[in-house]
Amino acid sequence: MSGLVVSNLTVSHGAIRALRDVSFEVQEGELTAVIGANGAGKTTLLRTLSGLKDAEDGSATWRERNILGKRPEDLVRRGISHVSEGKSVIPELTVRENLVIGGLWRRDKSGTEKAIKEAVELFPRLGERMSQSANTLSGGERQMLAIGRALVSRPKLLLLDEPSLGLAPLIIEQIFTSIKNLQKSMNLTVVLVEQNATSALEIADNGVILNLGELVASGNARELLEDPTLKSAYLGY
Amino acid sequence: MRNLIGTLLIGLTLGSVYSLMALALVLVWRSTRVVNFAQAGQAIVTTYIAYEIVTRTGVFWLAVLFAVIAGALLGAGVEYFLMRTLFRHVDEGPVAALAPVIATLGLLGVIRSVVGMIWGNDFRTFYSPVSTDNFVVAGETIPFSSLNLLIILSTVVVMIIFSIIFQRTDLGLSLRAAAFQPEIARLAGIRVGPIRTIGWVFAGVAGAIAGVLVTPTTILSPNSLDLLLVFGFVAAVIGGLESLPGAVLGGLVLGLGVSFVLNYVGTSLVFPSIFIVLIISLIVRPNGILGAKKVRSA
Repeated sequence: MSGLVVSNLTVSHGAIRALRDVSFEVQEGELTAVIGANGAGKTTLLRTLSGLKDAEDGSATWRERNILGKRPEDLVRRGISHVSEGKSVIPELTVRENLVIGGLWRRDKSGTEKAIKEAVELFPRLGERMSQSANTLSGGERQMLAIGRALVSRPKLLLLDEPSLGLAPLIIEQIFTSIKNLQKSMNLTVVLVEQNATSALEIADNGVILNLGELVASGNARELLEDPTLKSAYLGY
Repeated sequence: MRNLIGTLLIGLTLGSVYSLMALALVLVWRSTRVVNFAQAGQAIVTTYIAYEIVTRTGVFWLAVLFAVIAGALLGAGVEYFLMRTLFRHVDEGPVAALAPVIATLGLLGVIRSVVGMIWGNDFRTFYSPVSTDNFVVAGETIPFSSLNLLIILSTVVVMIIFSIIFQRTDLGLSLRAAAFQPEIARLAGIRVGPIRTIGWVFAGVAGAIAGVLVTPTTILSPNSLDLLLVFGFVAAVIGGLESLPGAVLGGLVLGLGVSFVLNYVGTSLVFPSIFIVLIISLIVRPNGILGAKKVRSA
Protein backbone atom coordinates (compact mmCIF):
# COMPACT_ATOMS: atom_id res chain seq x y z
CA MET A 1 0.00 0.00 0.00
CA SER A 2 1.36 3.42 -0.82
CA GLY A 3 1.97 5.47 2.29
CA LEU A 4 2.89 9.06 1.53
CA VAL A 5 2.17 10.40 -1.94
CA VAL A 6 3.25 13.92 -2.81
CA SER A 7 2.21 15.22 -6.24
CA ASN A 8 3.12 18.49 -7.92
CA LEU A 9 3.50 20.22 -4.58
CA THR A 10 4.13 23.96 -4.80
CA VAL A 11 4.64 26.12 -1.72
CA SER A 12 5.53 29.82 -1.42
CA HIS A 13 6.74 32.15 1.29
CA GLY A 14 5.07 35.35 0.11
CA ALA A 15 6.58 36.12 -3.29
CA ILE A 16 9.31 33.52 -2.95
CA ARG A 17 8.58 30.06 -4.26
CA ALA A 18 10.08 27.58 -1.80
CA LEU A 19 8.93 24.37 -3.53
CA ARG A 20 7.95 23.98 -7.17
CA ASP A 21 6.07 21.03 -8.58
CA VAL A 22 7.65 18.42 -6.29
CA SER A 23 6.40 14.82 -6.62
CA PHE A 24 7.56 11.64 -4.87
CA GLU A 25 6.20 8.62 -3.05
CA VAL A 26 7.19 6.88 0.16
CA GLN A 27 5.97 3.33 0.66
CA GLU A 28 4.85 2.36 4.16
CA GLY A 29 7.68 1.11 6.30
CA GLU A 30 10.33 2.79 4.19
CA LEU A 31 12.90 5.37 5.19
CA THR A 32 13.31 8.15 2.66
CA ALA A 33 16.04 10.75 2.98
CA VAL A 34 15.37 14.22 1.59
CA ILE A 35 18.70 15.79 0.71
CA GLY A 36 19.64 19.27 -0.37
CA ALA A 37 21.62 22.37 0.51
CA ASN A 38 20.35 25.32 2.53
CA GLY A 39 17.36 26.88 0.81
CA ALA A 40 16.51 23.73 -1.12
CA GLY A 41 13.05 23.67 0.43
CA LYS A 42 13.53 20.64 2.69
CA THR A 43 12.19 22.24 5.85
CA THR A 44 9.31 23.82 3.92
CA LEU A 45 8.43 20.37 2.59
CA LEU A 46 8.19 18.90 6.10
CA ARG A 47 6.31 21.88 7.49
CA THR A 48 3.77 21.55 4.70
CA LEU A 49 3.35 17.82 5.28
CA SER A 50 2.79 18.30 9.03
CA GLY A 51 0.26 21.11 8.61
CA LEU A 52 2.40 24.01 9.81
CA LYS A 53 2.47 25.59 6.34
CA ASP A 54 -0.16 25.91 3.62
CA ALA A 55 0.50 24.62 0.12
CA GLU A 56 -0.22 26.72 -2.92
CA ASP A 57 -0.83 23.90 -5.35
CA GLY A 58 -0.56 20.14 -5.69
CA SER A 59 -1.58 17.37 -3.36
CA ALA A 60 -0.24 15.18 -0.58
CA THR A 61 -1.91 12.10 0.83
CA TRP A 62 -1.09 9.69 3.65
CA ARG A 63 -2.78 6.30 3.34
CA GLU A 64 -4.86 7.70 0.48
CA ARG A 65 -6.30 10.58 2.49
CA ASN A 66 -5.45 14.24 1.94
CA ILE A 67 -3.14 15.83 4.51
CA LEU A 68 -2.78 19.34 3.05
CA GLY A 69 -4.48 22.24 4.82
CA LYS A 70 -4.99 20.19 7.99
CA ARG A 71 -3.94 21.29 11.46
CA PRO A 72 -0.79 19.69 12.92
CA GLU A 73 -2.72 18.66 16.05
CA ASP A 74 -5.18 16.74 13.85
CA LEU A 75 -2.46 15.12 11.76
CA VAL A 76 -0.80 13.84 14.96
CA ARG A 77 -4.06 12.00 15.63
CA ARG A 78 -3.75 10.42 12.20
CA GLY A 79 -0.28 9.13 13.00
CA ILE A 80 1.92 11.85 11.55
CA SER A 81 4.57 13.20 13.93
CA HIS A 82 6.97 15.96 13.02
CA VAL A 83 10.21 16.63 14.87
CA SER A 84 10.96 20.16 13.74
CA GLU A 85 14.35 21.68 13.13
CA GLY A 86 16.63 22.62 16.02
CA LYS A 87 15.95 20.06 18.76
CA SER A 88 12.27 20.65 19.19
CA VAL A 89 11.87 20.37 22.93
CA ILE A 90 10.29 22.78 25.41
CA PRO A 91 13.21 23.88 27.61
CA GLU A 92 10.93 25.20 30.37
CA LEU A 93 9.43 21.74 30.96
CA THR A 94 11.07 18.71 32.50
CA VAL A 95 12.27 15.80 30.39
CA ARG A 96 9.33 13.72 31.55
CA GLU A 97 6.83 16.48 30.76
CA ASN A 98 8.32 16.85 27.29
CA LEU A 99 7.60 13.18 26.71
CA VAL A 100 4.14 13.26 28.29
CA ILE A 101 2.86 16.06 26.04
CA GLY A 102 3.21 13.73 23.06
CA GLY A 103 0.47 11.55 24.55
CA LEU A 104 -1.87 14.11 26.15
CA TRP A 105 -4.35 13.83 23.30
CA ARG A 106 -4.74 10.08 23.76
CA ARG A 107 -7.43 8.70 26.00
CA ASP A 108 -5.37 5.65 26.76
CA LYS A 109 -3.14 6.82 29.65
CA SER A 110 -1.53 3.43 30.25
CA GLY A 111 -0.63 3.37 26.57
CA THR A 112 1.14 6.70 27.01
CA GLU A 113 3.07 5.40 30.02
CA LYS A 114 4.10 2.34 28.00
CA ALA A 115 5.20 4.53 25.09
CA ILE A 116 7.25 6.70 27.48
CA LYS A 117 8.90 3.59 28.85
CA GLU A 118 9.76 2.46 25.33
CA ALA A 119 11.19 5.86 24.44
CA VAL A 120 13.38 5.68 27.55
CA GLU A 121 14.53 2.17 26.64
CA LEU A 122 15.54 3.49 23.24
CA PHE A 123 17.38 6.49 24.74
CA PRO A 124 18.46 5.42 28.25
CA ARG A 125 20.12 8.79 28.88
CA LEU A 126 16.67 10.36 29.06
CA GLY A 127 15.71 7.95 31.82
CA GLU A 128 18.44 9.30 34.09
CA ARG A 129 17.21 12.85 33.62
CA MET A 130 13.41 12.52 33.76
CA SER A 131 12.83 15.17 36.42
CA GLN A 132 15.44 17.62 35.15
CA SER A 133 14.48 20.67 33.17
CA ALA A 134 15.01 20.06 29.44
CA ASN A 135 17.29 23.06 29.16
CA THR A 136 19.92 21.21 31.16
CA LEU A 137 20.28 18.64 28.37
CA SER A 138 23.07 18.54 25.83
CA GLY A 139 22.28 19.00 22.15
CA GLY A 140 22.28 15.27 21.48
CA GLU A 141 20.06 14.55 24.46
CA ARG A 142 17.63 17.21 23.31
CA GLN A 143 17.42 15.59 19.92
CA MET A 144 16.77 12.23 21.59
CA LEU A 145 14.07 13.86 23.70
CA ALA A 146 12.45 15.44 20.63
CA ILE A 147 12.35 12.07 18.85
CA GLY A 148 11.15 10.43 22.06
CA ARG A 149 8.27 12.90 22.35
CA ALA A 150 7.26 12.16 18.76
CA LEU A 151 7.31 8.43 19.51
CA VAL A 152 5.00 8.85 22.51
CA SER A 153 2.38 10.02 20.00
CA ARG A 154 2.68 6.52 18.42
CA PRO A 155 3.32 7.75 14.91
CA LYS A 156 3.04 5.74 11.74
CA LEU A 157 4.79 8.43 9.71
CA LEU A 158 7.74 10.21 11.32
CA LEU A 159 8.98 13.46 9.79
CA LEU A 160 12.46 14.34 11.02
CA ASP A 161 14.04 17.69 10.26
CA GLU A 162 17.85 17.62 10.40
CA PRO A 163 18.35 15.58 13.55
CA SER A 164 22.12 15.85 13.05
CA LEU A 165 22.22 19.65 13.13
CA GLY A 166 24.94 20.91 15.45
CA LEU A 167 25.80 17.50 16.88
CA ALA A 168 29.14 15.75 17.22
CA PRO A 169 29.82 12.95 14.69
CA LEU A 170 29.62 10.19 17.31
CA ILE A 171 26.21 11.39 18.53
CA ILE A 172 24.98 11.71 14.95
CA GLU A 173 25.92 8.09 14.36
CA GLN A 174 24.01 7.02 17.50
CA ILE A 175 20.93 8.95 16.51
CA PHE A 176 20.98 7.65 12.95
CA THR A 177 21.32 4.09 14.23
CA SER A 178 18.34 4.64 16.53
CA ILE A 179 16.28 6.01 13.66
CA LYS A 180 17.11 2.98 11.52
CA ASN A 181 16.24 0.61 14.39
CA LEU A 182 12.95 2.38 14.99
CA GLN A 183 12.00 2.09 11.36
CA LYS A 184 12.63 -1.65 11.47
CA SER A 185 11.21 -2.48 14.89
CA MET A 186 8.06 -0.37 14.71
CA ASN A 187 7.57 -0.59 10.96
CA LEU A 188 7.68 3.21 10.86
CA THR A 189 7.58 5.20 7.69
CA VAL A 190 10.26 7.86 7.99
CA VAL A 191 10.99 11.01 6.01
CA LEU A 192 14.43 12.21 7.07
CA VAL A 193 15.48 15.68 5.96
CA GLU A 194 19.25 16.12 6.03
CA GLN A 195 22.13 18.22 4.82
CA ASN A 196 24.39 15.44 5.96
CA ALA A 197 23.78 13.62 2.68
CA THR A 198 26.02 10.58 2.94
CA SER A 199 25.05 9.51 6.44
CA ALA A 200 21.39 9.97 5.65
CA LEU A 201 21.49 8.06 2.37
CA GLU A 202 23.45 5.25 4.00
CA ILE A 203 20.56 4.42 6.34
CA ALA A 204 17.79 5.31 3.87
CA ASP A 205 15.95 3.00 1.51
CA ASN A 206 15.23 5.78 -0.95
CA GLY A 207 16.33 9.33 -1.45
CA VAL A 208 14.91 12.55 -2.82
CA ILE A 209 17.27 15.34 -3.83
CA LEU A 210 16.00 18.91 -3.83
CA ASN A 211 17.73 21.95 -5.23
CA LEU A 212 16.31 25.48 -5.02
CA GLY A 213 12.83 24.12 -4.48
CA GLU A 214 12.85 21.63 -7.32
CA LEU A 215 13.24 17.90 -7.29
CA VAL A 216 16.42 16.97 -9.17
CA ALA A 217 16.57 13.24 -8.52
CA SER A 218 14.82 10.51 -6.60
CA GLY A 219 15.14 6.79 -6.27
CA ASN A 220 17.06 4.06 -4.52
CA ALA A 221 19.39 5.50 -1.87
CA ARG A 222 22.38 3.30 -2.91
CA GLU A 223 22.09 4.35 -6.54
CA LEU A 224 21.83 8.01 -5.62
CA LEU A 225 24.92 7.67 -3.44
CA GLU A 226 26.92 6.19 -6.30
CA ASP A 227 25.73 8.48 -9.05
CA PRO A 228 28.84 10.50 -9.98
CA THR A 229 27.01 13.56 -11.32
CA LEU A 230 24.82 13.85 -8.24
CA LYS A 231 27.85 13.38 -6.03
CA SER A 232 29.65 16.41 -7.35
CA ALA A 233 26.60 18.60 -7.88
CA TYR A 234 24.45 18.05 -4.82
CA LEU A 235 25.94 15.67 -2.33
CA GLY A 236 28.95 17.85 -1.78
CA TYR A 237 31.84 15.43 -1.93
CA MET B 1 7.04 47.34 66.97
CA ARG B 2 3.26 47.43 66.77
CA ASN B 3 3.56 49.77 63.84
CA LEU B 4 6.03 47.46 62.10
CA ILE B 5 3.79 44.41 62.48
CA GLY B 6 0.81 46.40 61.23
CA THR B 7 2.79 47.60 58.25
CA LEU B 8 3.86 44.06 57.39
CA LEU B 9 0.32 42.70 57.68
CA ILE B 10 -1.17 45.48 55.56
CA GLY B 11 1.62 44.90 53.08
CA LEU B 12 0.69 41.23 52.84
CA THR B 13 -2.97 42.12 52.31
CA LEU B 14 -2.20 44.60 49.56
CA GLY B 15 0.34 42.21 48.11
CA SER B 16 -2.21 39.39 47.95
CA VAL B 17 -4.56 41.44 45.82
CA TYR B 18 -1.75 42.72 43.61
CA SER B 19 -0.60 39.10 43.19
CA LEU B 20 -4.01 38.02 41.94
CA MET B 21 -4.14 40.82 39.39
CA ALA B 22 -0.53 40.13 38.39
CA LEU B 23 -1.41 36.47 37.98
CA ALA B 24 -4.27 37.40 35.65
CA LEU B 25 -2.00 39.58 33.52
CA VAL B 26 0.75 36.92 33.39
CA LEU B 27 -1.70 34.17 32.40
CA VAL B 28 -2.85 36.22 29.43
CA TRP B 29 0.63 37.36 28.55
CA ARG B 30 1.94 33.80 28.55
CA SER B 31 -0.86 32.38 26.47
CA THR B 32 -1.29 35.19 23.96
CA ARG B 33 1.62 37.68 24.29
CA VAL B 34 -0.81 40.49 25.04
CA VAL B 35 -0.83 42.83 28.03
CA ASN B 36 -4.54 42.82 28.76
CA PHE B 37 -5.42 46.33 29.89
CA ALA B 38 -9.08 45.30 29.77
CA GLN B 39 -8.43 43.03 32.76
CA ALA B 40 -9.43 45.94 35.03
CA GLY B 41 -12.59 46.39 32.97
CA GLN B 42 -13.48 42.71 33.08
CA ALA B 43 -12.92 42.75 36.84
CA ILE B 44 -15.08 45.84 37.32
CA VAL B 45 -17.98 44.16 35.50
CA THR B 46 -17.69 41.07 37.67
CA THR B 47 -17.39 43.21 40.80
CA TYR B 48 -20.60 45.07 39.94
CA ILE B 49 -22.31 41.74 39.37
CA ALA B 50 -21.09 40.60 42.80
CA TYR B 51 -22.29 43.90 44.24
CA GLU B 52 -25.79 43.31 42.81
CA ILE B 53 -25.90 39.78 44.23
CA VAL B 54 -24.63 40.80 47.64
CA THR B 55 -27.05 43.74 47.95
CA ARG B 56 -29.98 41.51 46.94
CA THR B 57 -29.16 38.35 48.83
CA GLY B 58 -26.61 39.41 51.39
CA VAL B 59 -24.68 36.22 50.69
CA PHE B 60 -21.06 37.11 49.98
CA TRP B 61 -19.96 33.67 48.79
CA LEU B 62 -22.78 33.53 46.26
CA ALA B 63 -21.59 36.90 44.96
CA VAL B 64 -18.04 35.54 44.67
CA LEU B 65 -19.33 32.50 42.81
CA PHE B 66 -21.20 34.65 40.29
CA ALA B 67 -18.23 36.96 39.89
CA VAL B 68 -16.00 33.98 39.17
CA ILE B 69 -18.39 32.54 36.59
CA ALA B 70 -18.84 35.94 34.95
CA GLY B 71 -15.06 36.44 34.99
CA ALA B 72 -14.53 33.12 33.25
CA LEU B 73 -17.14 33.85 30.59
CA LEU B 74 -15.85 37.37 29.98
CA GLY B 75 -12.28 36.11 29.64
CA ALA B 76 -13.35 33.47 27.15
CA GLY B 77 -15.49 35.97 25.26
CA VAL B 78 -12.75 38.58 24.90
CA GLU B 79 -10.29 35.98 23.67
CA TYR B 80 -12.68 34.23 21.33
CA PHE B 81 -14.50 37.15 19.76
CA LEU B 82 -11.91 39.93 19.89
CA MET B 83 -8.40 38.48 20.12
CA ARG B 84 -8.84 35.69 17.59
CA THR B 85 -10.17 38.12 14.98
CA LEU B 86 -7.34 40.58 15.54
CA PHE B 87 -4.68 37.87 15.59
CA ARG B 88 -5.75 36.70 12.16
CA HIS B 89 -4.34 39.97 10.77
CA VAL B 90 -1.38 40.32 13.07
CA ASP B 91 1.19 39.64 10.31
CA GLU B 92 -0.14 42.34 8.05
CA GLY B 93 1.92 45.25 9.34
CA PRO B 94 3.21 47.15 12.35
CA VAL B 95 -0.19 48.59 13.25
CA ALA B 96 -1.90 45.21 12.94
CA ALA B 97 0.79 43.69 15.15
CA LEU B 98 0.03 46.21 17.87
CA ALA B 99 -3.73 46.04 17.39
CA PRO B 100 -4.51 43.36 20.03
CA VAL B 101 -2.91 45.37 22.87
CA ILE B 102 -4.48 48.63 21.75
CA ALA B 103 -7.82 46.84 21.46
CA THR B 104 -7.64 45.79 25.12
CA LEU B 105 -7.03 49.43 26.05
CA GLY B 106 -10.04 50.43 23.95
CA LEU B 107 -12.10 47.70 25.50
CA LEU B 108 -11.25 49.01 28.97
CA GLY B 109 -12.71 52.37 27.98
CA VAL B 110 -15.81 50.82 26.46
CA ILE B 111 -16.44 48.63 29.51
CA ARG B 112 -16.03 51.57 31.90
CA SER B 113 -18.56 53.63 29.92
CA VAL B 114 -21.07 50.80 29.69
CA VAL B 115 -20.72 50.08 33.41
CA GLY B 116 -21.24 53.80 34.06
CA MET B 117 -24.41 53.76 31.93
CA ILE B 118 -25.81 50.75 33.76
CA TRP B 119 -24.80 51.45 37.35
CA GLY B 120 -24.01 55.19 37.26
CA ASN B 121 -20.69 56.85 37.98
CA ASP B 122 -21.27 57.54 41.67
CA PHE B 123 -19.29 55.80 44.38
CA ARG B 124 -20.90 52.81 46.01
CA THR B 125 -20.02 50.85 49.09
CA PHE B 126 -19.46 47.14 48.78
CA TYR B 127 -20.06 45.96 52.33
CA SER B 128 -17.50 43.66 53.80
CA PRO B 129 -18.64 40.10 54.52
CA VAL B 130 -16.65 40.09 57.77
CA SER B 131 -15.68 42.64 60.37
CA THR B 132 -13.41 45.50 59.37
CA ASP B 133 -12.59 46.35 62.99
CA ASN B 134 -8.93 46.15 63.77
CA PHE B 135 -7.76 43.29 65.93
CA VAL B 136 -6.78 44.05 69.49
CA VAL B 137 -3.91 41.95 70.77
CA ALA B 138 -2.86 42.28 74.43
CA GLY B 139 -4.60 45.62 74.73
CA GLU B 140 -2.98 47.05 71.63
CA THR B 141 -4.81 47.74 68.38
CA ILE B 142 -3.16 46.31 65.29
CA PRO B 143 -4.23 47.87 61.99
CA PHE B 144 -5.38 44.50 60.68
CA SER B 145 -8.96 43.24 60.48
CA SER B 146 -10.88 40.04 59.75
CA LEU B 147 -11.35 41.39 56.21
CA ASN B 148 -7.58 41.62 55.74
CA LEU B 149 -7.23 38.10 57.03
CA LEU B 150 -9.97 36.92 54.66
CA ILE B 151 -8.18 38.54 51.73
CA ILE B 152 -4.88 36.84 52.56
CA LEU B 153 -6.45 33.43 53.18
CA SER B 154 -8.59 33.55 50.03
CA THR B 155 -5.57 34.48 47.96
CA VAL B 156 -3.58 31.61 49.45
CA VAL B 157 -6.40 29.18 48.61
CA VAL B 158 -6.65 30.49 45.04
CA MET B 159 -2.88 30.23 44.61
CA ILE B 160 -2.86 26.65 45.87
CA ILE B 161 -5.68 25.67 43.50
CA PHE B 162 -3.91 27.36 40.59
CA SER B 163 -0.60 25.72 41.34
CA ILE B 164 -2.22 22.29 41.57
CA ILE B 165 -3.92 22.85 38.22
CA PHE B 166 -0.74 24.10 36.57
CA GLN B 167 1.75 21.65 38.04
CA ARG B 168 -0.27 18.48 38.56
CA THR B 169 -2.88 18.18 35.80
CA ASP B 170 -2.79 17.42 32.09
CA LEU B 171 -4.64 20.66 31.46
CA GLY B 172 -1.94 22.57 33.33
CA LEU B 173 0.78 20.85 31.34
CA SER B 174 -1.01 21.70 28.09
CA LEU B 175 -1.32 25.33 29.22
CA ARG B 176 2.38 25.52 30.03
CA ALA B 177 3.48 23.78 26.83
CA ALA B 178 1.23 25.99 24.70
CA ALA B 179 2.47 29.11 26.48
CA PHE B 180 6.17 28.38 26.10
CA GLN B 181 6.32 26.83 22.63
CA PRO B 182 2.99 26.86 20.80
CA GLU B 183 4.39 25.28 17.66
CA ILE B 184 5.95 22.32 19.43
CA ALA B 185 2.79 21.97 21.51
CA ARG B 186 0.74 21.68 18.31
CA LEU B 187 3.15 19.14 16.86
CA ALA B 188 2.70 17.13 20.05
CA GLY B 189 -1.06 17.14 19.42
CA ILE B 190 -2.16 19.87 21.85
CA ARG B 191 -5.06 21.98 20.56
CA VAL B 192 -3.44 25.33 21.24
CA GLY B 193 -6.47 27.48 20.25
CA PRO B 194 -8.88 26.19 22.93
CA ILE B 195 -6.01 25.98 25.43
CA ARG B 196 -5.35 29.69 24.87
CA THR B 197 -9.01 30.45 25.59
CA ILE B 198 -8.71 28.50 28.85
CA GLY B 199 -5.71 30.68 29.79
CA TRP B 200 -7.95 33.74 29.40
CA VAL B 201 -10.64 32.01 31.45
CA PHE B 202 -8.24 31.47 34.37
CA ALA B 203 -7.07 35.07 34.06
CA GLY B 204 -10.68 36.25 34.14
CA VAL B 205 -11.27 34.22 37.29
CA ALA B 206 -8.15 35.58 39.04
CA GLY B 207 -9.09 39.16 38.10
CA ALA B 208 -12.66 38.66 39.31
CA ILE B 209 -11.49 37.36 42.69
CA ALA B 210 -9.05 40.27 43.02
CA GLY B 211 -11.89 42.73 42.31
CA VAL B 212 -14.28 41.21 44.84
CA LEU B 213 -11.63 41.00 47.54
CA VAL B 214 -10.22 44.49 47.18
CA THR B 215 -13.46 46.44 46.73
CA PRO B 216 -14.77 46.06 50.32
CA THR B 217 -11.57 47.81 51.46
CA THR B 218 -12.22 50.81 49.20
CA ILE B 219 -15.20 52.03 47.16
CA LEU B 220 -16.85 50.81 43.97
CA SER B 221 -17.03 52.97 40.85
CA PRO B 222 -16.54 52.27 37.13
CA ASN B 223 -12.83 53.03 37.34
CA SER B 224 -12.12 52.00 40.92
CA LEU B 225 -9.97 49.05 39.81
CA ASP B 226 -7.70 51.03 37.49
CA LEU B 227 -5.17 51.46 40.24
CA LEU B 228 -5.20 47.72 40.86
CA LEU B 229 -4.38 47.20 37.19
CA VAL B 230 -1.35 49.49 37.47
CA PHE B 231 -0.13 47.80 40.64
CA GLY B 232 -0.83 44.36 39.22
CA PHE B 233 1.10 45.18 36.08
CA VAL B 234 4.08 46.50 38.02
CA ALA B 235 3.99 43.34 40.16
CA ALA B 236 3.84 41.15 37.04
CA VAL B 237 6.84 42.95 35.54
CA ILE B 238 8.83 42.68 38.77
CA GLY B 239 8.03 38.96 38.65
CA GLY B 240 9.29 38.68 35.10
CA LEU B 241 5.93 38.66 33.25
CA GLU B 242 6.43 34.96 32.40
CA SER B 243 6.36 33.30 35.76
CA LEU B 244 3.30 32.56 37.90
CA PRO B 245 5.29 32.25 41.17
CA GLY B 246 7.14 35.40 40.05
CA ALA B 247 3.85 37.28 39.75
CA VAL B 248 2.88 36.24 43.28
CA LEU B 249 6.25 37.21 44.69
CA GLY B 250 6.22 40.46 42.70
CA GLY B 251 2.81 41.26 44.18
CA LEU B 252 4.01 40.63 47.72
CA VAL B 253 7.19 42.68 47.28
CA LEU B 254 5.17 45.54 45.87
CA GLY B 255 2.48 45.27 48.55
CA LEU B 256 5.08 45.40 51.33
CA GLY B 257 6.84 48.30 49.59
CA VAL B 258 3.62 50.28 49.26
CA SER B 259 2.68 49.58 52.86
CA PHE B 260 6.05 50.79 54.15
CA VAL B 261 5.92 53.95 52.09
CA LEU B 262 2.35 54.63 53.26
CA ASN B 263 3.25 54.19 56.91
CA TYR B 264 6.72 55.64 57.13
CA VAL B 265 7.04 58.11 54.24
CA GLY B 266 3.68 59.44 53.17
CA THR B 267 0.73 58.85 50.88
CA SER B 268 1.89 61.29 48.24
CA LEU B 269 5.03 59.28 47.57
CA VAL B 270 3.35 55.92 46.89
CA PHE B 271 3.27 56.35 43.14
CA PRO B 272 6.80 57.62 42.63
CA SER B 273 8.10 54.91 44.91
CA ILE B 274 6.44 52.00 43.10
CA PHE B 275 7.97 53.18 39.85
CA ILE B 276 11.34 53.52 41.53
CA VAL B 277 10.95 49.91 42.74
CA LEU B 278 9.99 48.92 39.19
CA ILE B 279 12.96 50.63 37.60
CA ILE B 280 15.40 49.21 40.14
CA SER B 281 14.03 45.71 39.71
CA LEU B 282 14.28 46.01 35.93
CA ILE B 283 17.90 47.13 36.20
CA VAL B 284 18.91 44.52 38.76
CA ARG B 285 16.81 41.58 37.57
CA PRO B 286 15.53 42.27 34.06
CA ASN B 287 14.13 38.75 33.77
CA GLY B 288 12.14 39.06 36.98
CA ILE B 289 12.95 38.22 40.58
CA LEU B 290 12.77 34.49 39.89
CA GLY B 291 13.99 34.74 36.31
CA ALA B 292 17.14 32.82 35.58
CA LYS B 293 19.06 33.83 32.53
CA LYS B 294 17.49 31.91 29.68
CA VAL B 295 19.60 29.00 28.56
CA ARG B 296 18.92 28.25 24.96
CA SER B 297 21.05 26.59 22.37
CA ALA B 298 21.26 27.90 18.86
